[in-house]
Amino acid sequence: MGAQKKSATARVSEDQEELARNPLQAILLADSFATTFRPITLERPKVLLPLVNIPMIDYTLAWLESAGVEEVFVFCCAHSKQVIDYLESSRWSSQPNFSVTTIESHNSISAGDALRLIYERNVIHGDFVLISGDTVSNMSLTQVLQEHKERRKKDANAIMTMVVKKSKPSPITQQSRLGTDELFMAINPVTKQLLCYEDKAEHSKGFISLDKTLIADNPSIILHNDKQDCYIDVCSQEVLSLFTDNFDYQHLRRHFVKGLLVDDIMGYKIFTHEIHSSYAARIDNFRSYDTISKDIIQRWTYPFVPDILCGSSAIKVERQGTYRASDVTLSRSAHIGSFTFIGQGTKIGNDTKISHSVVGEGCTIGSNVTIEGSYIWNNVTIEDGCQLRHAIVCDGVIMKSGAVLQPGVILSFKVVVGQQFVVPAYSKVSLLQQPTQQDSDEELEYADNTSGTGELRSDKLNGDIAADLSETAYELGTGGVGYIWSVFEGAQDEEWKHSVAPIPKDKLVKLMLDKDEDEEQLTQDGNVLSASGELKADSDDNGSEDDDNADSRDDYGFFEKEVEATFLRAVHENVKVDHAVLEVNALRLSYNMASVDCAGAIFYSMMKLAVESPHHSASELHRNAADIITKWVKLLKSFLHDIDEEIEVILKFEEMCLESAKEFAALFPQVLHLLYDKEILQEDAILRWADEKEGADESDKVFLKSSEKFVQWLKEAEEEDEDD
Amino acid sequence: MDFQVVVLAGGSSKNLTPLVSKELPKPLLPVANRPVLSYVLHQLEQNNLKDLIVVVEGEDTALVVGAWISGTFIDRLHVEIAAVPEDIGTAGAIRAISHHLTAKDILVVSGDLVSDVPPGAVAATHRRHDAAVTAMLSSIPVSGPLDSGSSGGKDKAKKLGRYNIIGLDPGKQFLLHIATGAEIEKDARLPKRILRAVGQMEIRSDLMDAHMYAFKRSVLQEVLDLKDTFQSLKEDVLPYLVRSQLKSEALSNRTPQGEENGNEKVTSQNNQVFVSRILANSSTPSFHDHSSENPDGSASTRKTHKCCVYIASSGSYCVRLNSIQAFMDINRDVTGEADHLLTGTSSDPNNNIGPSPKLGTKTTVGPHCMLGEGSEIGDKCQVKRSVIGRHCRIGSHVKVVNSVVMNHVTIGDGCIIQGSVVCSNVQLQERVVLKDCQVGAGFVVTAGSEYKAESLARKEK
Repeated sequence: MGAQKKSATARVSEDQEELARNPLQAILLADSFATTFRPITLERPKVLLPLVNIPMIDYTLAWLESAGVEEVFVFCCAHSKQVIDYLESSRWSSQPNFSVTTIESHNSISAGDALRLIYERNVIHGDFVLISGDTVSNMSLTQVLQEHKERRKKDANAIMTMVVKKSKPSPITQQSRLGTDELFMAINPVTKQLLCYEDKAEHSKGFISLDKTLIADNPSIILHNDKQDCYIDVCSQEVLSLFTDNFDYQHLRRHFVKGLLVDDIMGYKIFTHEIHSSYAARIDNFRSYDTISKDIIQRWTYPFVPDILCGSSAIKVERQGTYRASDVTLSRSAHIGSFTFIGQGTKIGNDTKISHSVVGEGCTIGSNVTIEGSYIWNNVTIEDGCQLRHAIVCDGVIMKSGAVLQPGVILSFKVVVGQQFVVPAYSKVSLLQQPTQQDSDEELEYADNTSGTGELRSDKLNGDIAADLSETAYELGTGGVGYIWSVFEGAQDEEWKHSVAPIPKDKLVKLMLDKDEDEEQLTQDGNVLSASGELKADSDDNGSEDDDNADSRDDYGFFEKEVEATFLRAVHENVKVDHAVLEVNALRLSYNMASVDCAGAIFYSMMKLAVESPHHSASELHRNAADIITKWVKLLKSFLHDIDEEIEVILKFEEMCLESAKEFAALFPQVLHLLYDKEILQEDAILRWADEKEGADESDKVFLKSSEKFVQWLKEAEEEDEDD
Repeated sequence: MDFQVVVLAGGSSKNLTPLVSKELPKPLLPVANRPVLSYVLHQLEQNNLKDLIVVVEGEDTALVVGAWISGTFIDRLHVEIAAVPEDIGTAGAIRAISHHLTAKDILVVSGDLVSDVPPGAVAATHRRHDAAVTAMLSSIPVSGPLDSGSSGGKDKAKKLGRYNIIGLDPGKQFLLHIATGAEIEKDARLPKRILRAVGQMEIRSDLMDAHMYAFKRSVLQEVLDLKDTFQSLKEDVLPYLVRSQLKSEALSNRTPQGEENGNEKVTSQNNQVFVSRILANSSTPSFHDHSSENPDGSASTRKTHKCCVYIASSGSYCVRLNSIQAFMDINRDVTGEADHLLTGTSSDPNNNIGPSPKLGTKTTVGPHCMLGEGSEIGDKCQVKRSVIGRHCRIGSHVKVVNSVVMNHVTIGDGCIIQGSVVCSNVQLQERVVLKDCQVGAGFVVTAGSEYKAESLARKEK
């Protein structure tokens, strides 16, 4: 008893020591390993993109500093130079009690790689906060850290605490307001343990599956659809080593979290911490960029708001959430609406209306311009009469007079839009051509199916599009410069989901109708199947069986075609028989076929060749067939090991005579005889085939009858043999 | 209250052989010397639910049960007895008596429920939410056989296989998901559609469906008409209603329906409200809000309906008599820790130890025992935690522990009865030893025989 107590106290003091010794560390991933912000991120890393005129990473670092983190390791990969340069020149390089160290990598393609690299550096000595550089938050870490530590003391397997926040997703778009896909989490309400994490599940599936052991272990589970993952994790050191142990972990959530939840051998546990009043969100796509910008302007992220973050008194907050830098040149007749930010040195002309927008520094905006819900970065020139709605306009863009941006347009750096030109909705315009290769060095990316659906698919199509690009390159009106990135057609439907533009009404209505159809379907299915659980299982099985059958049939079709191609090549290029055998064998292995299938396929190819080679009469056809068979007898024979395979050949031949090569129908007995003569078919095989066919339908016996004589002769020969 | 109560009393349950017989159908099985049905009827009477239909299986049973009810509850309850064929399931039984149902809401209670949960509370919950169905859930009884450790463990293991998987809304008012029967064995599949509407769902596996449901009559009848394959309320009708709830109004607008109830306009308005609400990106205060109430009260299942739950408070007693083990447990609990079920029930005058049964010298009757009227016990007997019926004659040196002895049983000298059920008119001759046995009615156990864990019954003629 005493010893136990002693060890317990020792441990506590150890913990305290540990706390004292290790400053709180954080890993900040300054690379999202995604492509959602293309084309902008081709030229500038995402973390340096201005969010209400301040680079995103500043929000993250400012929050980390205020939350008591003392050491931050910034992992940069894509555009690492830019990130490092920025950090060195920024105030973060010279803060007391807050050190920012950069870790550079050139070949990491995922968060997993990043964490593995950090593990190798051996810089993390205790619990750490893992976030990406696009996180905006003002939550306090004290409580979650404490919870995490206490859990760790009780259970060494509690290695991670995820921060979640309530966010009611729209039941129609199945998205949160941040434009992230719907997320299902199962959490034990008492322990807060995360039991199931399902993001971007196949939408076709109308159900969430919970393992029955989970249910048996937890008398109560709360399944959440209304929580948002803040991507703020408090991790123990083991997390890093787990990434090293499981070198295939790439994505933090999809691989790591799910991997831990599924794998119960190690017994690692993940817990959640819900925040209620504070703010935490991650900029994952253009929609969340829009949402979070608005939140910042409306000061939900206080104290991380532009007027405070900038430090200097250059920015004043006015009524209705208007932020204005001190030296803005504003025409008297210009109207600045609510929730708008106007940066330093910007000039705004007569009768221009700006509302719900951010205008950066040094911009020149002409007269009669309408800007609504748009994000205009620095040094942008907008000439008279332009109209911008829900667009993002990067540095140095010039919009000539009368140009119009429809909702959802992204103009990357230094694009010029010609006079009166209307940029269609959801266009992405850049000076750079759409990359044709996935592995561009500009932004290393991990093939991310969830966040960049549209773009990825379009990338795949690029081979075809590349040709047209030169023509479309200057399709931005007279004097316009820039490529309009093409979007894969199917992705166009998805585009609105992640765009800065609000979701159009017609989409909502359409979605709702779609959804109802789904529901109809679902419930109908449910009705049909609901009679009993068993029934459901049966029908499921049937379905999958059918699928399997279909698959294997397809497979065989492919296989047959491949064999035929191989055979034809062998014929035309005079490939040695041995080599042909090898090739067919390789095909057999790759398609997972039996040698029966090979024999059938080869025989089919031979006969097809015979039919296709020129002939005028049945006798010529017979000669063709005889020639081919004689030449390739070895190939065929190498797949005929037993009688079953030989019978298969006969059956195949029958099938051909009935279907694909009816010309052979008349020649059936002759060819059969030929095969017998060439010792491809043994008499046993033919006799067995005859026996099997004896009991078949009349229609099936056509060929048996036509070759009756031959069979008869064989039988007699056999009897004679026996007599001998 | 415009409630009609259907008591599904059943008939001869296979689980309960050899305890039940033609003369003693399941509804009349004695629990603490009183038919099990009386507990339900008493609860209903207390809650002023007096318009009853008692459904039993088979005409013979109807006669026996009817006779008993009219003898006991005459003038106090308005009871109709309806006989239905056997093996048509609970849904089938309701279907068979559907034409008797006239009230707006129907409370369906299983006749084998021994509970102190007020049915009136379930009915009130149902009314308050204007629900299509309200199910009563109770915690899985962990109480059970606390004293006998071994059987407790066994029981728990058995129950684990029988639990329900129930999905509730955060307010624990609505039933969002229920998995019963064979579905439980598989991984739970939870419909995302409902989850999306609600936001979060609590999955509970520690609740038991107590077989007390309040249905909206129109809904119940329509479902039973539409789905003629539905057999069980619990496994077919309730899951169906739960599954089909919360369908958006746009659907019912588009699907042309036979019945026009004049609320097309209302629903389309609701529809617009719904869309605008989403446009405004505001959260709906209640996920049922976009449901429309049918003015004439004839909600069809195609419309959004609500499935509610009434969760019995954790201290309440709620067990169904559906196995021999449950029969033993209930008998013990009702005489023991749940004896409040007995007090006040004046349907039978003989409480615990009835009016002076004749006890021999040095005979001890422990606590939590019950002796029926007119029973006689000889000398030096021990009775512990047992129920002994009326007019039993028990000899000397007899030990009765953890057992139920029904009426008119004769027990010879020196018998030892442990954990057993002895039905009416059984004769145990001298020195019989029974352990964990069931003895069917009228059986004669010969002197000196010993049985362990066996079921003894007369052969059916």
